[in-house]
Amino acid sequence: MTRQRGDVVVETRDLCMHFGGVRAVDQVDFTLFDRELRCLIGPNGAGKSTFFKCLTGQLVPTSGEVLIRGQEMTGAEPFQVASLGVGIKTQVPNVFDGLTAEENIWLSARRWHGDARARVLTAETIERLKLGDIRRTLVGRLAHGQRQWVELGMVVAAEPWLVLLDEPAAGMTHEETYRTAELIEEINKTSALIVVEHDMQFIRMISRTVTLFHEGGILMEDTMEAISADKRAREVYLGHRA
Amino acid sequence: MNSGMLRQMRPTFFYALLGVIFMFAAPSVLQLFTIINLTTAIALAVLALSLALIWGYGGILCFGQVAFFGLGAYVYTISAINFGGSTWAILMSVLVTSAFAAALGYFIFYGRVSDVYLGVITLTVTLIFFSLIRRTSGPEYKIGNALLGGFNGVSSPPINLPWNPTSFLFPEQVFYVAMAALILCYVFVGWLVNTKFGRVCVAIRENELRAELLGYDTRLYKLGIFTIGAGIAAIGGVLFCNGVGRITPDVFNLYNAALTIIWVIVGGRGTLIGPIGATFALFYLTAALGGQSVLNNNLVLGVILIIFVLLVPKGVAPTIIDWVNARRKKAPTRARRRRGSRAEGSQ
Repeated sequence: MTRQRGDVVVETRDLCMHFGGVRAVDQVDFTLFDRELRCLIGPNGAGKSTFFKCLTGQLVPTSGEVLIRGQEMTGAEPFQVASLGVGIKTQVPNVFDGLTAEENIWLSARRWHGDARARVLTAETIERLKLGDIRRTLVGRLAHGQRQWVELGMVVAAEPWLVLLDEPAAGMTHEETYRTAELIEEINKTSALIVVEHDMQFIRMISRTVTLFHEGGILMEDTMEAISADKRAREVYLGHRA
Repeated sequence: MNSGMLRQMRPTFFYALLGVIFMFAAPSVLQLFTIINLTTAIALAVLALSLALIWGYGGILCFGQVAFFGLGAYVYTISAINFGGSTWAILMSVLVTSAFAAALGYFIFYGRVSDVYLGVITLTVTLIFFSLIRRTSGPEYKIGNALLGGFNGVSSPPINLPWNPTSFLFPEQVFYVAMAALILCYVFVGWLVNTKFGRVCVAIRENELRAELLGYDTRLYKLGIFTIGAGIAAIGGVLFCNGVGRITPDVFNLYNAALTIIWVIVGGRGTLIGPIGATFALFYLTAALGGQSVLNNNLVLGVILIIFVLLVPKGVAPTIIDWVNARRKKAPTRARRRRGSRAEGSQ
């Protein structure tokens, strides 16, 4: 695939998403480089998830542009974004409840490969994510953390070059959170990632660069240490905890 | 077709084989009157099968599946009168009906119309057909040589041997054709739901957003299954007007539209044999109730529907399958490891 503009994989220019008078996302200029791991943080209502939904095609931005690998994707359908090779995990687990864990993952691999290769990839993913015990269980019967893992399995099985995760560790136990962080590090060896998260400990485990959202815009973009040390950032967000 | 799919389709082949046995045994056991009646029931079973596909597997609650069934019957009848033979008429019926469904479906699915409105739109289309065709009783309403005949309908030319318009089939032979068509449609749909296309349709039924996020164009898949379902309903329509001998606008009425939904609810969504079985059962129940005058026919059907929605919400076939699986789970068997690899094959 041809890459324009150096190795920038995601770029937004002047991105705005307004709901009536509410400026959920306001004039955001954002850049993500290839193989980068970026965390988006911010207090509730800061616009992280809205920004995320504009990237994945779940929302059509009011104005501005979204470029993925230099390709104009503003207002594209979610399947068009995914068809570029982007793996997406939503905030609320979106899985196929009436199907088995194995079939959930197969459906993801089958999008890109023939039947034989899809089966191999499915088996590999199940092995890698240690889902062997639940592979034949209906996903609707699984616990919340397991459902999250099935969804992560669907993301991984598609072998994406860009991964967008909205609160991957939400509702997970400490052990599961730790494993998720490990998985994210592993995914990062081959793909760029954007991770929206609330859990500070989790972010400290995985973070390189962190983008702090506040009132619909980007307040600052730096390492977690620098953000923790910044007075303004502590006031809007970290002050509650640190 | 790989070995995994063959295993998934084992129940389909089993029921198809039962159908073949029935097809050859029935005419020598049953009387001609019963056979003619049975042809009509088979036609309705094909209609039920088409809705079992698009609602049970595709998750598309089409309240007007009879629109495609009736349209198929009308297109067949009008074409057969004009062409002077049934061969091209059958083909025309399936093609025109599918094309109509594709056009309607395009606006529904690409316009992202929600599920509830999809039901409303399809039902409205059905009732528009009903009202329109009822008003076509004058001699000016004709297509080629075929008078539409208003509420009296048109009498349908019987099926003939392919490319041989003078050799009409007798009612007993029409029964063979109908039964063979039902079996073929059943095996085809049983195969379809196990293909990649079918599995993606089931995935869309389960969670449309997730299917999109995996990169599947859900609009296209829904349009595809909707169109195929309409084509199968048209085949049912062709058989129906052959069984009855004519086609009237009553096929498009609200009663028939609702009845199709009832067959699938009683038989069970997510299976194919369930709705087919329920169609036969309710067809003969209606016939039996018609012979007595104590209870009102529709009242009994209504009560049956309420009982099923309240007590057997999944329908007969899935309930039986769950029950069998639960029993198997209790008894430790060698089959255990093979069980439940897929939640629903093509029963």
